Amino acid sequence: MNRRDAITRVGLILGGTVIGAEFFISGCKSTSKKVNELFDKDNVAFLNEVGETILPATSSPGAKAADVGNFMTVMVQDCYTPADQKIFIKGISDLDEASKKKFGKKFMEADANQRTELLTALDIEQKAYTKTKKPEDPNHYFRMMKELTLLGFFTSKPGATQALRYIAVPGKYDGNLPYKKGDKAWAT
Amino acid sequence: MSANTYDAIVIGSGISGGWAAKELTQKGLKTIMLERGRDIKHIKDYVNANKDPWEFPHRGGRTQKMIEDYPVLKRDYPLNEVNLDYWASDKDSPYTETKRFDWFRGYHVGGRSLMWGRQSYRWADVDFEANLKDGIAVDWPIRYKDVAPWYSYAEKFAGISGNKDGLAILPDGDFMPPMDMNVVEKDVAKRLKEYYKDLRPMIIGRTANITVPHNDRTNCQYRNKCWLGCPFGAYFSTQSATLPAAMATGNLTVRPWSIVTKILYDKDTKKAKGVEVLDAETNQTYEYFAKVVFLNASTINSAWVLMNSATDVWDGGLGSSSGELGHNLMDHHLGVGASGRMEGYEDKYYFGRRANGFYIPRFANLGNDKRDFIRGFGYQGGASREGWSRDIAELNIGGQFKDALTEPGSWQLGMGGFGETLPYHDNKVTLDKTRKDKWGLPVVAIDAELKENELKMRIAIEKDAREILEAAGAKDVQTHSSNPYLGRGIHEMGTARMGRDPKTSVLNEWNQVWDAKNVFVTDGSCMTSAACQNPSLTYMALTARAADYAVKALKKNEI
Repeated sequence: MNRRDAITRVGLILGGTVIGAEFFISGCKSTSKKVNELFDKDNVAFLNEVGETILPATSSPGAKAADVGNFMTVMVQDCYTPADQKIFIKGISDLDEASKKKFGKKFMEADANQRTELLTALDIEQKAYTKTKKPEDPNHYFRMMKELTLLGFFTSKPGATQALRYIAVPGKYDGNLPYKKGDKAWAT
Repeated sequence: MSANTYDAIVIGSGISGGWAAKELTQKGLKTIMLERGRDIKHIKDYVNANKDPWEFPHRGGRTQKMIEDYPVLKRDYPLNEVNLDYWASDKDSPYTETKRFDWFRGYHVGGRSLMWGRQSYRWADVDFEANLKDGIAVDWPIRYKDVAPWYSYAEKFAGISGNKDGLAILPDGDFMPPMDMNVVEKDVAKRLKEYYKDLRPMIIGRTANITVPHNDRTNCQYRNKCWLGCPFGAYFSTQSATLPAAMATGNLTVRPWSIVTKILYDKDTKKAKGVEVLDAETNQTYEYFAKVVFLNASTINSAWVLMNSATDVWDGGLGSSSGELGHNLMDHHLGVGASGRMEGYEDKYYFGRRANGFYIPRFANLGNDKRDFIRGFGYQGGASREGWSRDIAELNIGGQFKDALTEPGSWQLGMGGFGETLPYHDNKVTLDKTRKDKWGLPVVAIDAELKENELKMRIAIEKDAREILEAAGAKDVQTHSSNPYLGRGIHEMGTARMGRDPKTSVLNEWNQVWDAKNVFVTDGSCMTSAACQNPSLTYMALTARAADYAVKALKKNEI
């Protein structure tokens, strides 16, 4: 029955059909800085800061330590439909615009408190949007960023082994393990 | 004896083919096992089995390229990054869907024994008698007592862990010690026992994962990575169990990349004399000869092989004289179930990843439980605590949110039904000669659907799942029901059914093709009805039984 388990995770925005190479990245990127066809190193740095704001270092490492910025660029390029890629990429500038509007500066220039305030507002916005969204409506870019941050971080080595607990070969099963508040969850 | 002559030929190397090879070689027959796909060596070729989650670039997910390359596989969980190489290419081996049928295949040594779900249940008399009592299709030519000793034989070798629950509907077997239910499941079982007065028992799943060391195989290490191939050999597969046993006899030759295109039928002797093979790498054609042929190519492909054989005698192929070859295609229908939250166990957790769950055997249409459909369904499920992917409504982002996700969430109890599908003559596979696969061979056309009985059953599966979970004390119970299509159970059965009469069945009580007594078909295609239990253990038992009969008959010159 294990094989029947739905992989619900964070309801990753995957699927759909490939409509062909429809590229929307304008020529503002210098090729040397590119990390793949869609993203450059600045995007990775930006997304790492977005990730770190969503899942910051606490008593365990944060999303940046897991390089979720890079993970997001891989996932969006390889796994997203062209339509979702477009939303995600536009989301990077939308996020910056929102920051400028709110604080008069770009996201990368905002301080940690401002970043948290901004992304909290965006999360409230995406939750409200997603609640009433019809399946055919476009996805919200911040939901994508949040989902990819969670997936990328909690399945990474620092996330799985330091924020969570991971044992590659448990060797036994105990179905009645005492649990006390604060004990970490199993990574898988 | 020429180089291409053996005592026995086994077509296919999955669960039943592996068993045929083991039994025939252990009984002294020089045997060649023909496998259409590549070889996969035990342990060495389980390339992802020891990887950690972060070693997969997409963390197990699917890329757009994969979605494009696998138009069928993408319909359900099999399309994933971690064991993609174990699933047959939809592009190389297309098929025609007259109606939607999700056909998920494994074309390599070991077949789907590498990826199977491992749940292993005996059938009961009520299952073997069902067609006769309901007056549908044809009667099984065998009963539980005919198979029972072979179930024991199969269980002892395969290694099935389970509890002796003493249930008439689900006979006990020769089990290894059971896996354990967790604390929530144990309480749920207790509550259901009280609530339903033993009419809907909940038991630990019986699974082909060994719980004690067995024949050079290490017991289960609770990694829950079975479908990558187990480096400990802890679950039954061709590679971990039947193949090494067959190789140890010195009587087995395995030939990968060998697509059997037809069984060579001799009109004069009315027997098969061998098979024709297309080498999948070189496109060369070869012939192999033997006294006995076991056909274990999987339900739909075994029908395909028969349809392509002896067409000079029968237009519809070998075994078609009954008019039933390719018909009566069955599966188990699934995708219906429920889940809910269990409160009061916040101080409990578990250790280890148990590749097993609980089972609630069939209760519908038994005793006083009368329904508006015939037959029944079982449930498989489990209780576990939510992980990091859960939603935390009151938190958005930040350190508090992150730290909350590093702790387990609430306990969830969930289960899904596996329903019996009836054998309908018009649920069938045929050859589609207008379309060719990568090797220029005609493909199959599949024309099958769930009908009224199954659709009514699905409503009951959903309703009963809610009732059971609520009786178990679950809160916020949600039900689901999706994709009412055949194939996705990956339990194809019935295209060359057994029976008592050559006019209405393809195989006799010993799995012999009525029209060629030295051809035995012992994979899912032989099934006369589907019951609702996972079927592979029954294929193992029937294969061992048929092989025993075949070798005795050979010695007596009866075949």
